[in-house]
Amino acid sequence: MSTAAESPTSEPSFYERKGIASWLLTTDHKRIGILYLGSMMTFFLVGMTFGVFMRLEQLTMGPTIMKPTTYNALFTLHGVMMIFLFVIPGLSAVFGNFFLPIMIGAKDVAFPRLNLLSWYLFMSGAAVSLSSLFTGSGPPDTGWSFYVPYSLRTRTNVTMAVFGVFLIGFSSIITGLNFITTMHRLRTKGMNWMRMPLFPWALYATAWVQVLATPILGITLLLVMLERLFHLGIFDPSIGGDPILYQHLFWTYSHPAVYIMILPAMGAISEIIPTFAHRTIFGYKAIVLSSMGIAAIGSLVWAHHMFTSGMSEVAIVVFSLLTFLVAIPSAIKVFNWVATLYKGSVELRSPMLFALAFIFLFSIGGLTGLFQGALAINVHIHDTYFIVGHFHYVMFGGTGFAFFAALHYWYPKMFGRMYSERTAIVAFVLIFIGFNLLYFTFLVLGLQGMPRRYYDHLPRFHTGHIWATIGSWIMVAGLLLMVINLVRGLFRKTTIPANPWGGVTLEWTVSSPPPTENFDVLPVISEPAYTFNPVTKEPA
Amino acid sequence: MSAPAEPLAAEPAGEHVGEHRDYAGAKLGMWIFVFTELILFGGLFVAYGMYRSMHAHDFHKASGELNLTLGVINTLILLTSSLTMVLSIVAIRLQRKVQSMFFLACTMLLGAAFLVNKFFEWKAKIHHGIYPGSEHLMARPPGERLFFGLYFGMTGLHGLHVTVGVVVMSVMLVFLARDKIRHNDFIKLENTGLYWHLVDVIWIFLLPLFYLAA
Repeated sequence: MSTAAESPTSEPSFYERKGIASWLLTTDHKRIGILYLGSMMTFFLVGMTFGVFMRLEQLTMGPTIMKPTTYNALFTLHGVMMIFLFVIPGLSAVFGNFFLPIMIGAKDVAFPRLNLLSWYLFMSGAAVSLSSLFTGSGPPDTGWSFYVPYSLRTRTNVTMAVFGVFLIGFSSIITGLNFITTMHRLRTKGMNWMRMPLFPWALYATAWVQVLATPILGITLLLVMLERLFHLGIFDPSIGGDPILYQHLFWTYSHPAVYIMILPAMGAISEIIPTFAHRTIFGYKAIVLSSMGIAAIGSLVWAHHMFTSGMSEVAIVVFSLLTFLVAIPSAIKVFNWVATLYKGSVELRSPMLFALAFIFLFSIGGLTGLFQGALAINVHIHDTYFIVGHFHYVMFGGTGFAFFAALHYWYPKMFGRMYSERTAIVAFVLIFIGFNLLYFTFLVLGLQGMPRRYYDHLPRFHTGHIWATIGSWIMVAGLLLMVINLVRGLFRKTTIPANPWGGVTLEWTVSSPPPTENFDVLPVISEPAYTFNPVTKEPA
Repeated sequence: MSAPAEPLAAEPAGEHVGEHRDYAGAKLGMWIFVFTELILFGGLFVAYGMYRSMHAHDFHKASGELNLTLGVINTLILLTSSLTMVLSIVAIRLQRKVQSMFFLACTMLLGAAFLVNKFFEWKAKIHHGIYPGSEHLMARPPGERLFFGLYFGMTGLHGLHVTVGVVVMSVMLVFLARDKIRHNDFIKLENTGLYWHLVDVIWIFLLPLFYLAA
């Protein structure tokens, strides 16, 4: 693909400088990516623990291990942590920061200092929202969506949590702004837009959604804070405001946010599949256009969260139609990935297994989403476990699995080390089985009528809840095994060649881990991305 | 303005080897930020539009209580400050450092004057018992409560932006004094200018929506 930087450099890796200050004051995009990875994996494990406790509570009928108020706080914090601290920054904060500049042949992002600022905003947002657990009068119990008027009435510490999310949103905007500018200004010579790899393309679409949608969340959360502190009245029906306006504003951000979560995941899958099928991606242009299409249409579907909230029938039908439309570009991507496998030389390494599982689970998640876009069915399944199952299939089965796929795929490049492949596969199998046992049961429970966010359940749902809880144990065992395997891999002394998988994008031309400046000589691009022919895999 | 005596420095190239400087990139980033600010206020404008269409009469009535004179004076202040901001940028491009600092200081003073005016306006309202959640306001129809809720919310957020602008400008003043902003490296000042015009433009919309709705 590149002509200038064929051989890996002998420059010292970007880990060379030691000391805590060299990390906390770094403007190196790779180090910032690693900082994000460390903090986000921590938040993920905490959020996972909250989830495990919730499943334990549902193991028996009646009180099991906690009080109802604790359960309310748990589902709120599980949602806030997983959504705002894990899947929204997600792949773009970790792998975007680390690989975007390398993949487009740049030495860093356009605004390295802003990049560090965005990590600090993220961390302070996380600290503020987590401190709502211990300060004020108890952790928030509103659910992650902070719906008014309850979020205005509850005595729990909603203001603090909302302020934390506001800061995280600011961090997300700065990252988006940075990435857009980076891709416009810093692509290396010869890398025109249609030669850019698909992960950067997905980040580009994501960044526009981050920049255009997040301010709406900002103002909405700001208003919630002002309402709680000064009783402004914009959302408060007792003063004259309209709670439905809150829902509109909230979902105007929070539905596009779903695409902030899933688009970079799709981008990573578009990198992994060609590498392990050892052939060029099928339908490059279609994938690029569908990324932009998802970003555009996905910004216009928010009110499908509100079919039962009270809207005009015309609005409901329009939003239902738009919801069906957004499935088209998503399906185009799925078909392209599957078509890439056709006649490829498929190698089932752990990243590829996660990627294939992504396609399977995301398809289930996407199709169950269409059920909810259909108006008649929506009324039946609204606010049931079906919804919970659906978005866990999309967010966890989709983004989560893609995150793990990307982590296993880029791990040798990021750390210059290798995890145990066998353990990785065992962990994958456990996660996959546990995941489906847990969330497919949720889909069934939801169709039977189990409402979401309830502390307790009726006897007829009992069997389902037991299966789901068992599934959660298997999945958590797999996740822990995966994390242990990845951490242990860091201490295994091995040298990793520049290109262990036989990938053809630019990050595989620099040494593992990459040198501080990424490239000695900036590469010059003369071919489309994913040109496989001349590449030979190096012996490990 | 008369034609500049010397040609304005066009997109200056970085003169220090190894230092990455990208004017177009910095401006692009700032423009994107300006858009996010517009969307931030956009949420409030949507709320305003919706409630005004629901309570047109109440909004009309409540708007009459605002001090139009102060509103117009503040508009003139902000418009003038945008002019001095531009003059400051032109001056530094012409290598007139002192002049540039003078105009920037004028901009800051005008921004501060705007805030002082706003303070007295708010104080008078609060003195009359008109503030969110007050008993006096709660006794009035919902539309008027919403009008004043939006008034305090939107002018408050705008005032916060003016304050941030003045603080940023004071930093720029120091940069100018220390030659960190020069005739061939003034993107920081130019981006500050972009931000300041944004603050100005938002006020241009706030004035008719609140003061002229009567």
